[in-house]
Amino acid sequence: MPLRLLKYALSREHPAPRFFRACEKPKDSYDVVIIGGGGHGLAAAYYLAKDHGITNVAVLERGYIGGGNTGRNTTIVRSNYLTPEGVNFYNASVKLFEDLSQDLNLNLFYSTRGHFTLAHTESAMRTMRWRAEVNKHVGVESYVVGPDEISKACPQLDISCSGQAPIHGALYHAPGSVARHDAVAWGYARGADQRGVEIYQNTEVTGIDVQGGKVRGVHTSRGYIATNKVLSAVAGFTPRVCKMVDVQTPIVIQPLQACVSEPMKPWLDTILVSGSLHVYVSQSSRGELVMGSSLDPYEVHSTRSSLDFVEGLTSHILDMFPFLSNIKIVRQWAGMADITPDFAPIMGKTPVDGFYLDAGWGTWGFKATPISGKSMAETIANDKAPELIHSFRLSRFEEYELTGEKGAASVGH
Amino acid sequence: MKLLKCPVNGVRPLSEFVFGGEVREMPDPNTCSDQEWAGYVHHRNGAPGMKKEWWYHGPSGTWFIAERDTMRDEVARTYLYGQEDKQ
Repeated sequence: MPLRLLKYALSREHPAPRFFRACEKPKDSYDVVIIGGGGHGLAAAYYLAKDHGITNVAVLERGYIGGGNTGRNTTIVRSNYLTPEGVNFYNASVKLFEDLSQDLNLNLFYSTRGHFTLAHTESAMRTMRWRAEVNKHVGVESYVVGPDEISKACPQLDISCSGQAPIHGALYHAPGSVARHDAVAWGYARGADQRGVEIYQNTEVTGIDVQGGKVRGVHTSRGYIATNKVLSAVAGFTPRVCKMVDVQTPIVIQPLQACVSEPMKPWLDTILVSGSLHVYVSQSSRGELVMGSSLDPYEVHSTRSSLDFVEGLTSHILDMFPFLSNIKIVRQWAGMADITPDFAPIMGKTPVDGFYLDAGWGTWGFKATPISGKSMAETIANDKAPELIHSFRLSRFEEYELTGEKGAASVGH
Repeated sequence: MKLLKCPVNGVRPLSEFVFGGEVREMPDPNTCSDQEWAGYVHHRNGAPGMKKEWWYHGPSGTWFIAERDTMRDEVARTYLYGQEDKQ
């Protein structure tokens, strides 16, 4: 059997299927150029082609597709946010995610696990009640549970957290899920490619040509491309791309780190998050514990990971699960996160005509991949942002209409 | 462990310090436009490069300035505010 398998693998009649064409050289012009071949950029390309029939589109990726923050997050999908605008938006994303494996004809391992945001103080419980009420109002299944219900769902959890930070309760969010993040990028890439979109890897944008306040083209490492519409979907590189067009944003880059343990038999079937202990943890479909923490405490444009991070994170994980003390960490990594002052994204039009921004995704971008792609495609096609993302516009800052999501977007404050 | 040099207390572990953001000029609130003020309040110079930043040494309560390359995370020098020339 192994020999037959090997012959099959080496057979020229059965080449490994490619997900998208290897395009040789970009054309001289496109209707739309998307900078960034991560989940968001590829999803925007896919929905431009599928929903709006705009197929003369190039996606330019500096490295390889899904190699940035799409492949560096901890894959959690949820919609239990704090503002009605945020809950509505992320809920639309969860709805798209639920059918996405069918739509893309690719198994994304989308697995609905239920999601507990643990509260270790009375003030944290107050935020959980607040979030639960906003969620219920918008029609999202979230409610506050007590320690007994948490123990029932996850008997391995030490409710006293080694006596350090006893758990008072949690916000339970039934639709909370995990998915295979790289498959999301690859699925969207294949879907976009099948509809005529061209994807160029190892192609860096070095400048954007703006004349009279309008985008005219992009300079790339493979030559000049004329276009009137450019979408920047470059998590972690947004300030550099915005500098090319002289657009001011509040975004500051801070690294976010994560790690995985060695694989174990399945024992953790929910997603657990603790704001006070600065951790979130779930078990992947191959048995690894996927763990993340809060942002590194200052601005750095680097994806270097640190021992400080893994020491801090694992000590908190051991407070929750003392029996994991012999488990090894096998990989750790970092991504560069676009941090905004209100912990909400920045999406839509900018002061430069034809320059669209899908940015400010901080530590909350993966879960929004489908809806941000769909919303940005609509924004580009109509040159007008849909109502769903109105609260995330860049101009909200000068209008002092911030969308305060800090209590729900990430851990560690 | 990363280290940072406090101008008063010398080289200390980074965990004793708090990042205070880039040093920025405040426009005169009495004369600037609303847009300029909003820009000052919200917008930041997010692109990488050598920047002058506020840092705070917690145990001694010392605010000071570090010149740091945010791409390589390397500190060129640190000094107390207004004492740039004395270094």
